[in-house]
Amino acid sequence: MDTGHHAITGIVAEALQRHAADEGALMPVLHAIQARLGHVPAEAVPLIATGLNLSRAEVHGVITFYHDFRTAPRGETTIHLCRAEACQAMGARALEAHAKAVLGIDYGGTTPDGRYSLEPVYCLGNCACSPSLRIGDEVHARVTPERFDALLAERQRPAP
Amino acid sequence: MTARVYIPADTTACALGADEVAAELAAQAAVRGVELSVVRTGSRGAYWLDPLIETDSEQGRHGFGPLTAAEVGSLFDAGFPGPCEHPLARGAVEQIPWLARQQRLTFARAGVVDPLSLDDYRAAGGYRGLENALAMPAQEIIDAVRESGLRGRGGAAFPTGIKWQTVRDAEGDRKYVACNADEGDSGTFADRLLMEADPFQLLEGMAIAGLAVGAERGYIYLRSEYPRALRILTQAIETARTAGYLGPDLCGSARAFDIELRLGAGAYICGEETSMLESLEGKRGLVRFKPPLPAIKGLFQRPTVVNNVLSLAAASTVLALGAEHYRQFGTGRSRGTLTAQLGGNVRRGGLVEVPFGVTLREVVEGWGEGTASGRPVRAIQVGGPLGTYLSASQWDTPLDYEAFAAIEGMLGHGGIVVFDDTVDLAEQARFAMEFCAVESCGKCTPCRVGSVRGMEIIDRIRNNQQREEQLKVLEALCETMVEGSLCAMGGLTPYPVRSALREFPEDFGLGPEA
Repeated sequence: MDTGHHAITGIVAEALQRHAADEGALMPVLHAIQARLGHVPAEAVPLIATGLNLSRAEVHGVITFYHDFRTAPRGETTIHLCRAEACQAMGARALEAHAKAVLGIDYGGTTPDGRYSLEPVYCLGNCACSPSLRIGDEVHARVTPERFDALLAERQRPAP
Repeated sequence: MTARVYIPADTTACALGADEVAAELAAQAAVRGVELSVVRTGSRGAYWLDPLIETDSEQGRHGFGPLTAAEVGSLFDAGFPGPCEHPLARGAVEQIPWLARQQRLTFARAGVVDPLSLDDYRAAGGYRGLENALAMPAQEIIDAVRESGLRGRGGAAFPTGIKWQTVRDAEGDRKYVACNADEGDSGTFADRLLMEADPFQLLEGMAIAGLAVGAERGYIYLRSEYPRALRILTQAIETARTAGYLGPDLCGSARAFDIELRLGAGAYICGEETSMLESLEGKRGLVRFKPPLPAIKGLFQRPTVVNNVLSLAAASTVLALGAEHYRQFGTGRSRGTLTAQLGGNVRRGGLVEVPFGVTLREVVEGWGEGTASGRPVRAIQVGGPLGTYLSASQWDTPLDYEAFAAIEGMLGHGGIVVFDDTVDLAEQARFAMEFCAVESCGKCTPCRVGSVRGMEIIDRIRNNQQREEQLKVLEALCETMVEGSLCAMGGLTPYPVRSALREFPEDFGLGPEA
């Protein structure tokens, strides 16, 4: 991923242009930038502020308010573990402990090889088949610690 | 002859392997020389049966489930897609008691149709509500919604017709319809299922709301935790626009209504309506003071209808089938159907749409059939993370807004989370405070600071440090949060805490078992 200054400027300009006509465009602009870069780098903040006629503080405030927006790169794939009640009732606390031990990281962390970041999530809307987790954009149901290991193993295998 | 096969494709069905089943069905069919035409549906919400594969037969659709890719071969061996006997055969799907005993109004099409087929939607009664609305004066649309008895399904249960009337009567150079699809309450998935299985119904309901209040623009605020709903809704909006069901000329009526989909960014508080409006305006999701109500000064300071996905969907049913039809279901001041979402430690979980008035026990025992673990049910949390924990003596309460309010509970968005006897309610109470601390917007002190103090106090109680004194402090803190918080986040967090303490004191080291 090219995250050089030049590339960032271009990506921000593109996002601003695409959403120029939108009312209250900041969230769509941030999503568009993060979708391309994986995070919203500090250099992007003044560009966004100028483009949307906001203060840098307003842009920074929004980036830091929402759990989804990141100011630093993270792993290739994010694993979201559901911590909410329906999953708790089905063993999410044990799954959480297992996942942290296997990956060797806590919430907010990234594995040393840069493959995975781990984040908590409070409900994936899969509550009849708990515990749930999300790997990238795929949700998995009834995830036991064994199933967690299998899901990781499947991803380690090279594609056929 | 080509046999038609229906395979669900909503988040849960896919999380249970529906795509793998679809791939294996296609592969096996090719090897065996069987011609199949596959339709990907949403899901019927009978998640204990998913992936539930269906085929057409003379007696309606027949189902097989829960099917795994490994069992696809044996299904073909038994004669699939023709009539066959197989351990996973469920017979006529419409007659499976778990589904047949429900009263599907909002979810009648879920799992039946291809969610992105406008032809399917229209053939199953879709867009009849909008067509009726286009032929009515705006006031009559609002009257119909009011007479139906529909109340907001997001949790607050405010009468939808009165809200629409307020927006219609408010002065504004433009008005908005804002759909709250930030379904953050844990234990709930009805909005998600509706958007993934029958998205046009939401778009139709929003267009009806637009006509009723005089808004030409609508927003859907969708939570980012629902990537599949995002894909499906995005396509549905495009399809509806191309067909003239959205845009400058609704169904050739020369009246305009269009929808923009906006994505949240993982903040629970943005499910609170004023916080959602702030977020739509591109700001931090800080809760606003009320008044002014959003109906008077909402999005961009303009009169705004803020409704939950299910309320807007129900409006399309009301306009299609009439207010009388809708209000005949239910009890007291809770009219129509409740879409209960049965999850957690439950054997047969899923979406249960029933008239208001059915008891909690009937849903948990009649549909849920006990726990997944096989252990006894001990506690049930109703109404999301801010909902109360109920003990066995309370399970005969009817699912009705007033009956739940009478036991210091709330139906909220209809989430029902079942716990077996291994649950520690003191741990759950602590989690309620922790969740509030993580998700508080920070604007008011009782919520921002109270939640953190609440965690600390519950820790001391659990560790038996000055337990008696700390219990008094906890009670005072809860009162401060209930009375002093700006919105329901801090105001309702004490409900799970107090109910856990009241109904399960032994988990806090109190009472007979201490």
